[in-house]
Amino acid sequence: MTSPLSRRSFLGLTGAAGLTAALTACGGGTRIGADSPPAASAAPSFAGGEYTGPKVTLDYWNGFTGGDGPHMRAMLEAFNKEYSGRIEVRNVTRRWEDLYPAMPTAISAGKGPDVAVIHNDWIGTFAARRTLIPLDDVVGALRLGESDFIPAVWNAGVYDGRRYSVPLDVHSLGDYWNRAHLEKAGLKAAPADRAGYQDALAALKDAGIENPFWMPSKWPAHLMFMSLLWQFGGELYSEDGTRALWGSDRGAQALAWMVEQIDKGFSPAKVAQDSQYAAFKNDKVSFTWDGIWQINDLKANAPSLKWDLAPVPNIGGTAAVWASSHNFVLTAQAGKDPAKVQAAKFFIDHMSRRSTEWARAGMIPARNSVRRDPAVAGLPQIGLAADVNAFHFLPALPGVGDVQSKALELAVAKAVLKEASPADALKEGVATADKLLAENKRKYGG
Amino acid sequence: MSVLTRKERPPGADVPDGPPAGAARRMRPWTPYAFLAPYLALFAVFMVLPIGFGFWTSLHEWDVNLPRKPFVGVENYTDLFDPGSVDGSRFWTAMRATGIFTVASVPLLIVLPLLTALLMNGRFRGRNVYRAVYFTPYVLGVAVVGFVWRFLLDGNIGLVNHYLGLDVQWTTDVPPAWVALVGVTVWWTLGLNSVIFLAGLQDIPRELHEAAMVDGASARHRFRAVTLPGLRPVMVFVVNSTILASANMFGQSYLITGGAPADQTKTAIYLIAETGLRQFDMGTASAMSFVLAAFLMAASALVFGAFRERDRT
Repeated sequence: MTSPLSRRSFLGLTGAAGLTAALTACGGGTRIGADSPPAASAAPSFAGGEYTGPKVTLDYWNGFTGGDGPHMRAMLEAFNKEYSGRIEVRNVTRRWEDLYPAMPTAISAGKGPDVAVIHNDWIGTFAARRTLIPLDDVVGALRLGESDFIPAVWNAGVYDGRRYSVPLDVHSLGDYWNRAHLEKAGLKAAPADRAGYQDALAALKDAGIENPFWMPSKWPAHLMFMSLLWQFGGELYSEDGTRALWGSDRGAQALAWMVEQIDKGFSPAKVAQDSQYAAFKNDKVSFTWDGIWQINDLKANAPSLKWDLAPVPNIGGTAAVWASSHNFVLTAQAGKDPAKVQAAKFFIDHMSRRSTEWARAGMIPARNSVRRDPAVAGLPQIGLAADVNAFHFLPALPGVGDVQSKALELAVAKAVLKEASPADALKEGVATADKLLAENKRKYGG
Repeated sequence: MSVLTRKERPPGADVPDGPPAGAARRMRPWTPYAFLAPYLALFAVFMVLPIGFGFWTSLHEWDVNLPRKPFVGVENYTDLFDPGSVDGSRFWTAMRATGIFTVASVPLLIVLPLLTALLMNGRFRGRNVYRAVYFTPYVLGVAVVGFVWRFLLDGNIGLVNHYLGLDVQWTTDVPPAWVALVGVTVWWTLGLNSVIFLAGLQDIPRELHEAAMVDGASARHRFRAVTLPGLRPVMVFVVNSTILASANMFGQSYLITGGAPADQTKTAIYLIAETGLRQFDMGTASAMSFVLAAFLMAASALVFGAFRERDRT
């Protein structure tokens, strides 16, 4: 269970990284990094090609604790074998929610990673904290650009005019469905629109599935809410990152649809954390929305379950789904040693070329060319990427994770647990979010 | 219990009469301080300094990873007392949760262990087995306890509801979540207080009970006139340490409810850990700790006051 727990919680535990003293009202108008030394300005630039420097050891941190872990380890073993005697990559895998809070502290102590994988929504926070070193030269050497990637993923790697990451993959929410249940209700596949979904749920109930679609109050409830918000045409935050927009009528419609599932009896009330996924694995639930990283977990740990994966249905009228992306970054710790910078950039370049292999870990490769590769195109998750415009990402605002966990996630939980109406929960949440955004603005500048 | 006075000493014992004059002469004014020094050094290094450093932190906007830690005076504290601030409202919700848990759990954690200890103090077959049974859960770590109970108590797929035929959301609804958290804590830690009470009971001289019996006191009278007063020093310790332990509850709500529903079972320590260690906001976290500490010191003072030995005139 490590994987699902950790994956599901990584956003939930957002508070984690750079989130900071954001809350403390401070008279001084401090700005993060104001006194920091410029990070690795003297680092050599990268021209591509083989690494030729002295032998170095790179510490590499990532959160691939689940079904994706073995694939990452296999890729590392191959790398270490190929470049033995020149570069040695030491792997440290920790759960995402432990990795993010530990990383900045460990890096400033010189005991952190030289190179790491982080989610796209953390890039702004870490870059603002000067935890990362720009990678413009790497993508220059790789001749990569927006047209090679899903644009939103590519653009999330830029902070303050400089590029801090090389995207590895995209992962989104998907609609897992129980084949046996649907057959019982006379259905062949998961419906893709609002009316079809409601009819299917009613049919499943008639067919004897008491609660076909459990509505979680915690992870991934906020991912469901964000997906629905975008579907109804809403937005998360204003462009300049000063206002939360998810309390709009569209947000209320999205949240109301989630609560409606409980009112109509499709979901039991007050579902505890991870219960809906555990129930799906135990053949009790017909539909559950969860991340594509569960594919390998279901294959390994629920071998007798007959399931399938479909894109999240279009409830609000516009196709949209929450997505995130794993990104390679180079840290300020590596920046202290020019040889390490070169070796790390070489490593990132090498790994980013291996995304076909990485797709077998259950992820959707971020590179357009790889997604079209016949070896990858047949994998179950690739179907979700048929319309990449449906992918919506959390903006890489510095400190956004803090706002999400203290305001948005809490509002969703309150509404789903029936502690407040969707509109009231969102109104209260937005008031908190706006205060936090103002604090972040002051703290990180901008 | 009796101590031999000098007059009762057997004649053979070779004890010089009079005070040990040499020892008193050799006593230097700094001798007591020399004895205290090792402890004082440890106390200063591991208590006074960290507390002072914590207080210093609470006066700053202290982000662990940033070189700049600007001084903000008491702003972290005033923020906590400002109901309109994000930290303030979160903090008092957490303090309320801590209060609810403490008030609900402490009486149970005093009365039940005392009853258990009274039973254990009797003579019956297999007494040691029963003592062990009650103490066993205490040796489990909070991670084990939390993980196991979280799944047992799950409202929709948990075994507790399944076997009892209930439909109670133990981990996502209040008050059931409080019942669950208090229940698990009592089950888990009952053994420790029982063992302490048991030791206290065994320290009460038998003669007192016998004398009371001769005077015709009933079992209930003996409990009130002999057992309870005899347990007083133990009771002060148990009440105080139980209040502190309950007010510092963190693991159970972190693991079993995750603070749900919404943040209603997120305790003060939970929030402090989250603020300081996950959000790196050490200044606010330290200020929260000091406010919590002030409350706990007041609670301890009340307990000591309540148990103060009344003057027997």
